[in-house]
Amino acid sequence: MSLPATLPLTDTESGHRLDFLLVADMVEPGSRVLDVGCGDGALLSLLRDRRGVDGRGIEISREGVNACLAKGLPVIQGDADTDLADYPDDAFDYVILSQTIQATRQPRVVLEHLLRIGRRAIVSFPNFGHWRVRFELGIRGRMPMTENLPYSWYDTPNIHFCTIRDFVELCRDVGAQMEKAVALNAGGQPMRVTLPWWVWNLLGDQGVFLLKRR
Amino acid sequence: MRFGADEPLMMDAGIALAPWQIAYQTYGTLNADKSNAVLICHALTGDQHVANDNPVTGKPGWWLTMVGPGRPVDTKRFFVICANVIGGCMGTTGPASINPATGQPYAVDFPVVTVPDMVRAQAALIDRLGIEKLFCVVGGSMGGMQVLQWAVSYPDRVFAALPIATAARHSAQNIAFHEVGRQAVMADPEWRGGRYLSEGTRPSKGLAVARMGAHITYLSEVALHRKFGRNFQDRAAPTFSFDADFQIESYLRYQGIAFVERFDANSYLYVTRAMDYFDIAAEHGGSLAKAFKGTPTRFCVISFTSDWLFPTSDSRAIVHALNAAAASVAFVEVESDKGHDAFLLEEPEMFAAARGFIDAAARVRGIA
Repeated sequence: MSLPATLPLTDTESGHRLDFLLVADMVEPGSRVLDVGCGDGALLSLLRDRRGVDGRGIEISREGVNACLAKGLPVIQGDADTDLADYPDDAFDYVILSQTIQATRQPRVVLEHLLRIGRRAIVSFPNFGHWRVRFELGIRGRMPMTENLPYSWYDTPNIHFCTIRDFVELCRDVGAQMEKAVALNAGGQPMRVTLPWWVWNLLGDQGVFLLKRR
Repeated sequence: MRFGADEPLMMDAGIALAPWQIAYQTYGTLNADKSNAVLICHALTGDQHVANDNPVTGKPGWWLTMVGPGRPVDTKRFFVICANVIGGCMGTTGPASINPATGQPYAVDFPVVTVPDMVRAQAALIDRLGIEKLFCVVGGSMGGMQVLQWAVSYPDRVFAALPIATAARHSAQNIAFHEVGRQAVMADPEWRGGRYLSEGTRPSKGLAVARMGAHITYLSEVALHRKFGRNFQDRAAPTFSFDADFQIESYLRYQGIAFVERFDANSYLYVTRAMDYFDIAAEHGGSLAKAFKGTPTRFCVISFTSDWLFPTSDSRAIVHALNAAAASVAFVEVESDKGHDAFLLEEPEMFAAARGFIDAAARVRGIA
């Protein structure tokens, strides 16, 4: 299977990705969940096993879909940019877009679909405002390549990077209410909520947002 | 399996067919709680010999890549059933069977068959075998139509459904191709208004032409080009005649001739007609989602990129409907340049998907 769009850290104890554990905490047990860009189904199986959710997925790669099938996950080979339009309103309790929004062609349209299909949306993404990214671009003058974002500019699946501040603004534009916002630092740990936005935007490696239609 | 006058098959054409019989093969062993039965549904010109040598042609079973020991439908693990469809010509009652009212073959007096009729006949067989619920129903093309129909007609009797390279309704283009094939059969003077069996003739030419035309639709342009190109058949230059100069012509002629040796012309008319009439949504107020509403069955839909007879858009329509019905559905589009035929061929991606789906479902169903 090809590399995922980003390479976040895993919890050494459970082997689960730290951002997945955070997302799992945001999901009510027993709910209906759609994971858009579900990869090999790691998050969906975590949600199924730990939260007892009825989970569905969309994944663009055949390898990913086959890995999901082998886990018994009902996953559809498809594209977030084109296939979300086919889902009815309020079909799910949560629609999750994990480390995928930056790889879509129309992030705003995708986000609007998430809020339409799900009663809530959970979006996680790599923060392009992180100081290491800024350093790479601002000081070294190179397109950033970090542990989390291992691709060179010419073969990256990530075509629409944003910073935490950018995303917050998009949420405002599409009328999404932020019920929860968490920034994970480079160690994958949640940063203190009392910190101001600009600190999150500088030190946050990833943003994870729980959104609701306003 | 025979069904007497007291157990007629109630057909969509409004006729109670009796007596009737259904020819089938089984592989593997039914477990104690009868939870491991898998039904394989065959395509237009297939038969019940899915995983054994065909007694008519002597050729190996038609889906040995999918069904057998260690295959995705593992006969060491599952009790596999495959039956010839109603209207067929491999032992199940069809137009070549004797009409008890006349003592002659039914021919075109046989009631027009539908896919729901085929499934109803299979359900009667499954009842007789003492199986309440099938673990999985699997099939490609017309077999896939039967899989979908099973899920619609008997939602509580299908734990998992694997429709491959199929559609929830036959397209206008596909009906058109079928009509050309039927007209070819009926234009053959040997068809004799359908009564060729009584009159001792055989519409071989017409049926061969029908098969030749249909065979093209099972392939892709790329596959045809790769296999035959513009190569000449056993000659260095064109003969300036209507002889089979090109390899593709020779190949199609062979396909036509081989087919008429094993298939009944009237069965071809009836079974193609059944596919034409197939439209699940039409039976449910035009809504495919309504047909699947509340279905407990888990689905895995598979299509092939180069299949233009049952294109991916047909499979996506099924998936959308299942999604709208909140069903459990997986979908894979397999990259292949082999056209519609791909589902019968060596396609590792299809096997991987089928195996993953079936194994996971078996775990949930508690099949060892």
